[in-house]
Amino acid sequence: MSSETRAPGRTLTIKVLRHNPADPDNQPQWASFELEEYEGMTLFIALNEIRDRYAPDLQYDFVCRAGICGSCGMVVNGRPGLACRTLTSTLPSEISLAPLPLFKLIGDLSVDTGAWMRGMSERLETWVHEQTETDLHALEARMEPELAEDIYELDRCIECGCCIAACGTARMREDFVGAVGLNKIARFRLDPRDQRSDGDFYDLIGDDDGVFGCMSLLGCHDVCPKELPLQTQIAFLRRKMVTVS
Amino acid sequence: MKIVYTDVLVIGGGLAGLRTAVGVKQRGFDTIVLSLVPAKRSHSAAAQGGMQASLGNSTMGLGDNEDVHFEDTVKGSDWGCDQRVARMFTHVAPKAIRELAGWGVPWNRVKQGEREAVINAERVVITESAKAHGLITARDFGGTKKWRTCYTSDGTGHAMLFALGDQTIANGIPVMERMEALALIHEGGRCYGAVVRSLVTGELTAFLARATTIATGGYGRIYKVSTNAVICEGTGTAIALETGVAELGNMEAVQFHPTAIVPAGILTTEGCRGDGGILRDVNGHRFMPDYEPEKRELASRDVVSRRMTEHMRKGQGVKSPYGDHLWLDITVLGREHVHKNLREVTDICRYFLGIDPADSWIPVRPTQHYSMGGIRTDHRGESSTLKGLFACGEAACWDMHGFNRLGGNSVAETVVAGMIVAEFIADYCAAPESDINISTGLVRDFVEREQAGLDRLVSGGGSEQAGPIRQRMEEIMIDQVGIFRSGPELDRAVDELRDLLSRSRNLGVGSRAPGPNPELIAAYRLPKMLKLALCAAVGARERTESRGAHFREDFPQRNDRDWLKRSITTWPDAGTDLPKLDYEAIAVADMELPPGFRGYGTRNHIDHPDSAGRHAEIEKILQAVDPDDRHARQAALMPFDDLLPEKYRPRNQRLEAQA
Repeated sequence: MSSETRAPGRTLTIKVLRHNPADPDNQPQWASFELEEYEGMTLFIALNEIRDRYAPDLQYDFVCRAGICGSCGMVVNGRPGLACRTLTSTLPSEISLAPLPLFKLIGDLSVDTGAWMRGMSERLETWVHEQTETDLHALEARMEPELAEDIYELDRCIECGCCIAACGTARMREDFVGAVGLNKIARFRLDPRDQRSDGDFYDLIGDDDGVFGCMSLLGCHDVCPKELPLQTQIAFLRRKMVTVS
Repeated sequence: MKIVYTDVLVIGGGLAGLRTAVGVKQRGFDTIVLSLVPAKRSHSAAAQGGMQASLGNSTMGLGDNEDVHFEDTVKGSDWGCDQRVARMFTHVAPKAIRELAGWGVPWNRVKQGEREAVINAERVVITESAKAHGLITARDFGGTKKWRTCYTSDGTGHAMLFALGDQTIANGIPVMERMEALALIHEGGRCYGAVVRSLVTGELTAFLARATTIATGGYGRIYKVSTNAVICEGTGTAIALETGVAELGNMEAVQFHPTAIVPAGILTTEGCRGDGGILRDVNGHRFMPDYEPEKRELASRDVVSRRMTEHMRKGQGVKSPYGDHLWLDITVLGREHVHKNLREVTDICRYFLGIDPADSWIPVRPTQHYSMGGIRTDHRGESSTLKGLFACGEAACWDMHGFNRLGGNSVAETVVAGMIVAEFIADYCAAPESDINISTGLVRDFVEREQAGLDRLVSGGGSEQAGPIRQRMEEIMIDQVGIFRSGPELDRAVDELRDLLSRSRNLGVGSRAPGPNPELIAAYRLPKMLKLALCAAVGARERTESRGAHFREDFPQRNDRDWLKRSITTWPDAGTDLPKLDYEAIAVADMELPPGFRGYGTRNHIDHPDSAGRHAEIEKILQAVDPDDRHARQAALMPFDDLLPEKYRPRNQRLEAQA
C-alpha cells in the first residue's frame, strides 16, 4: 500500500475498455490515456483526470470514493476490485480497466449492479422475517454482544459485485445467487430475529442456483474488498443444507 | 411525453428517503423512490460512528433521557434550532433505534462486567451491570453529557442503510436508480411532482404525485474539500430553490468535521475521539486541553474545528505538500480496539495513507462535512410556502440542528424525520386537498422547458466550460466561506460567485454522446450549485455575528439581541444573479431552554432582551410543578406531544425508571 514502492515521476498508461451501448454505431474498443502519476493518486483521481482532459463522455461510477459504498467495482489489470481505494502506486505503469463482467453494461466502466442485487434480494428475501412487530416504546430485545458482532461481520457486504465478477459458476448459470447471496443467507440464518428455519432457507438456496452450484473455486473469497469470510460461510451453509435435504 | 403517476414521489434513496417511503407504503399509499445511484450506495452508508438515542443502557449513559439529549442538541445548535423540533426528535430517536433493531441492525450490545476504556488519554475500567447485559450500548461523542451514540462498529450508516434498503424491498417499493430530478412541477403554490432525467438513456419523464419529498442530502460538494460523497451536490435542494416559491433556511450554516484525512478528505469518525483518541500538533503536543479544558477533544465540532485551525495558524501545524495538518492519535486505544471497533478507519488509513492507525498517527484537518441548511419546512416536513412539497434529512431545515449539528445526530435525524414526516405525508395524501388537478399541458410546459435547456447546452453555441467555473466556485467556498469568515472576503466571494453564475448561463457542451452524457450532467448541475453557493455566501455576509459553525472574525460574538433568527433565502426571479434574503425570528418566549453559555467554546455573547424574562418565567412555572416529575415539568414549559403523530407519542421505556 505504501507509496514508497512507486518509481518517482512515472508516466502511467491507462487503457480503458470503452463501449456506449446507447449509441448503435459504437463498438467496444480499448482506449489508451497517458497521465503523469503523483503521490497519493488513486484510480478515482486518475479517471477524473482522464475525463477532464481527454474524454468528457467517459462513464464510470464513484459515490463515496472511500471504499465504503461499493459503486466503483471494476476489473483492474484482470482482477475485480474497488477503483476508488486503489492507489496507482500499487500497480505497474500500464493499467487496464474494464467493466465488471456479468452485469448489464451501462457504458464504459459503469455497470448495472443495482438491478442484479435487487433481483437477488427479492429471490432470497434478504430481510429479517419476524413474526411479531417490534414495540417501539419498550426495551429492545436483548442479544449477546458476541452474536451482534458476528452478525455485523457478515453484514459488512457492500454489494459491489466483485464476487460475482470473479465467480466461475456465475458465468455458467445466469441465476446463480453468488457469494453475495449466500453470505446474506448465512447472515440472516445467524440472526435470531429472523425466524426462518433451515427448511425455509433450503427452499431458497438448496439447488444449483444456490449453494450447490458453488464449485469452490473461491475467486469470490480472494477478491472480496471487505474480506468477508466467504469460504467458511459457503462451506458451512452447504453442510447445513445437505443435512436438511 | 412520458408521465408516471404515484401518491408519493420520494427523491433521494438514502436513509431519510427510504424511511419515508416505507412509512407511507405502510399507510397504504403508492410510492416511488428516485435515486441517483443504487439506494444502498447513498451517502448515508458513509456515516461511521453512530446514532444518538438516549437509551441509557450502558454505565456511562446512566441517567440519560430525552431531556439531556434535548439540552445537548440545543446547546450544540448554539440556540439556532427550533426547540419543538429538537424535542420531537429526541423523543422519537429511541423508537427509531428500536425499530431498526427489529429490522436487523446488529447494534453493539452491553456486556456485563468490567471492561477497559480510554477517557482523557487514560485507561479506566468501566463496570457494566448484569441488568443491562445484551441491551444496546453506546459510545461517547462530542458535545454530549452522556455516552449516547449507539453504533455497529464504525459501519453504523452502512448497517442502517442495508436494513432499511432491505425493508424497502420487502415492502415492494420500486426504487428507480440512476434517475435525477431536474425541476419540480408546480403551479399556484402547490407542487405536483418533478421532471426527471434518466442517467442511463438521457430521456425525460414527468412524475406526478400528490406529495413530493426531497431527501437528497447535503450540498457539501460546492466546497473544494468535503467528506461528502461526490453525489452530494445539493441539486435536490436547488430544484426547490428554483421554483422561486420554496424557501431555504440557514444556508450559511455549514459544518466542518475536525478529522478528515489529508489530502483525500475522507472522514475518520468522531468515534475515534469519542473512544479516547487525541489530537496532537507538530511537536506531538496534545493541544486541545489548552483551549477547551473541560470538553477537550470532545467539544462540539464547530469548536474543535476552529481551535484546530487557530492552532495551525499559530504555526503549530504539520507542514505537508498538501498544506498544514494535525495528527489524530488513536494508538492510545490499543490494537485490538482499533481493529475491531474502528475497522473502517483502519481500512481507510491502510488504503489511502498506507498506515496502520494502531501504530501511526493519522494526518487530519477540518473539512467540510455537513449542511445544516436546507429546504425550510415546518415540523411536519412540509415546505412553508410550497404545498405538497416535503423534505427530510440533511436536505431539509425543519430545523433541529440550528447552526451546528452534534455528531451522531444526523443519521438519527434521517430515520426519525422519515418516521415522522411519512405520517404527515400520509395524512396529507388521505385528504382531497392532495388531489392532482393540473392539466397535462402544464406538465408538458415543464418537460419542454427542461428539454430546451438541455438542448441549448448541447447545441446553443455556448462558449464556457463547466469544469473551470466549478473549480473556482469550490475554491471560493473553501477559502472565503469556510471556517473563519469576514466581511471583505465574503463581499469578494459574493461578487465573484455572481460573475460565475452569469458565465454559467453561457455554458456549452462539446460531447453529443447519446445516453447520460457526463459532460452534459456536469453542465446542467453547475448553475444549481452556484445558486446554493450564493445563498450560503450571501447569508454568511449578512449575518454579522458568530453562531455555531458560522464564525465571523469581524463579529466574533454570538448576538442573540440582533441575530436570534433564521436566514430564509428564495430565488423568485430566475433571471437575477442574487437570492432574496429574509429572516424568521426565533422567539425566546417560547423556548424551553433560553439562550445561555454552551459550556464549551468562548463564553462571549450578547443577550437577547427577553432572555432574562424567560428564565424568570421558567423558574416560576417550575415552582408549581412536582420536582420529581420530569415529564410534567417539560410539558409545563414547552408542550410538544400534540405536534407528534399519535403513534409516536407514548413514552420510552428505560432500564431504570428515572425521575
